[in-house]
Amino acid sequence: MNPFTYERARSPAQAAAAAAQHPGARFIAGGTNLLDLMKLRIETPAHLIDVNGLPLDQIEPTPDGGLRIGALVRNTDLAADPRVRRDHAVLSRALLAGASGQLRNKATTAGNLLQRTRCPYFYDTDQPCNKRQPGSGCSAIGGVNRQHAVVGGSAACIATHPSDMAVAMRVLDATVETVRPDGQQRRIPIADFHRLPGNTPQVETALEPGELITAVTLPPPVAGGHVYRKVRDRASYAFALVSVAAIVKPDGSGRVALGGVAHKPWRVEAAEAELPRGAKAVANRLLAGAQPTADNAFKLALVERTLGAVLASTRT
Amino acid sequence: MADPNDLLISRRHVLIAGAASTSVMAPPLEAAPTGPSTAAAVPTLAVTFTVNTQPHTLTLDTRTTLLDALREHLHLSGTKKGCDHGQCGACTVLVDGRRINSCLTLAVMHEGAHVTTIEGLGTPERLHPLQAAFVQHDGYQCGYCTPGQICSAVGMLDEVKAGIPSHVSADLTARPLLSAEELRERMSGNICRCGAYSNIVDAITEVAGSTA
Repeated sequence: MNPFTYERARSPAQAAAAAAQHPGARFIAGGTNLLDLMKLRIETPAHLIDVNGLPLDQIEPTPDGGLRIGALVRNTDLAADPRVRRDHAVLSRALLAGASGQLRNKATTAGNLLQRTRCPYFYDTDQPCNKRQPGSGCSAIGGVNRQHAVVGGSAACIATHPSDMAVAMRVLDATVETVRPDGQQRRIPIADFHRLPGNTPQVETALEPGELITAVTLPPPVAGGHVYRKVRDRASYAFALVSVAAIVKPDGSGRVALGGVAHKPWRVEAAEAELPRGAKAVANRLLAGAQPTADNAFKLALVERTLGAVLASTRT
Repeated sequence: MADPNDLLISRRHVLIAGAASTSVMAPPLEAAPTGPSTAAAVPTLAVTFTVNTQPHTLTLDTRTTLLDALREHLHLSGTKKGCDHGQCGACTVLVDGRRINSCLTLAVMHEGAHVTTIEGLGTPERLHPLQAAFVQHDGYQCGYCTPGQICSAVGMLDEVKAGIPSHVSADLTARPLLSAEELRERMSGNICRCGAYSNIVDAITEVAGSTA
């Protein structure tokens, strides 16, 4: 790790202002992804702002019947919250499908949204990577890319977003609340929060420099069967090859988002009109324009079959 | 700490040298590739936390992980460094009662915290029930993952008691079962490269059954 100075934030606005004053500063909350990347010198912040002491660790009801989840609510606590388990089960299921018990105890809601890809070329500092070193090239294109994106990629990057939680947040239409260095607050719909790689794969979210996530809000509960189905190389403690978050009503209508296939949680609202017609029709719309590689083309069939299994499970 | 086995001694020295790369002896080496900074310029900070009921105040290089603080500064070497990247679980300790990977958190982030390591769970004379059960059921071969397995199991059983569901819980809102399938899923963050898993499940099942 490179040396860094360290401070404990006193308020969300002060943290954001401090980040703007220190070029190269990073916020640290759970630290489970950031410290891993710092040890490998993929992340090299000169200053860390520890936000763990901020009062952002509560889950509160909102006036419209939704939930406001503080940025520092740990993944374990969010998954186990009785209101989330009862009314937003797809979110509990997604969280429980990710990482390990130890990591979920530490990892936070905001940090989960901001975690970085597990593309092996992003992690290997001896290899070109446009995300790690803009302009150096993409080693995954033409490399070993079985895990990589099949939709939404670019000539600069085919990395996937690793989060399970974010896929459930996308299907629930969550909103990210932030505070900026000037003290202004804003609300970013989850659909607009994560970016596609384009020519700037190093820019992963809509956050501005120094902007701090303070909460994620969920709208009122969405009726229907809540399912999160994750397919991976081993039964536990592995990232998704493909995952499906779905909420399906008894009449077959509903909503669906995919993980493991793109640079962001993948949802195409127009595809949801096809839900009563079955998995193949939905998958065709969701994956329209897909550009798989020889090694990851299996994900197209896997999406359809996983969707089929999800839809079957909601009919029983 | 005389060890009759030369192989063990050399392995231990290798591990200590490896562990030190983020700790006491490291700053000049660590700082060198980044430019002109010197050991004197490396930022340090004082932090106070309790380990196994004993309060400690340490002044640490800000980069020091909780794991390195325990092993290299407090000489509590029961907590093991395996992968140092949160993948193996050998470094699992309990912080304020919750199991975490001590390699993926900075010591300075734990001002006022209560840390419990394997040394705080039992003693050679009075083993913790999980320690006794691991012996009874032969829940290890080399033993390197064992302190992490046991600290993780303590935290995991508390999570079950608190009603926290898991990936394999059929009903999210029901009280979780203590089945082998549940224990295996909940312990998946602790790797045993000797493959003692079935005996580890037996050991935990015995203790879980008596406290459930």
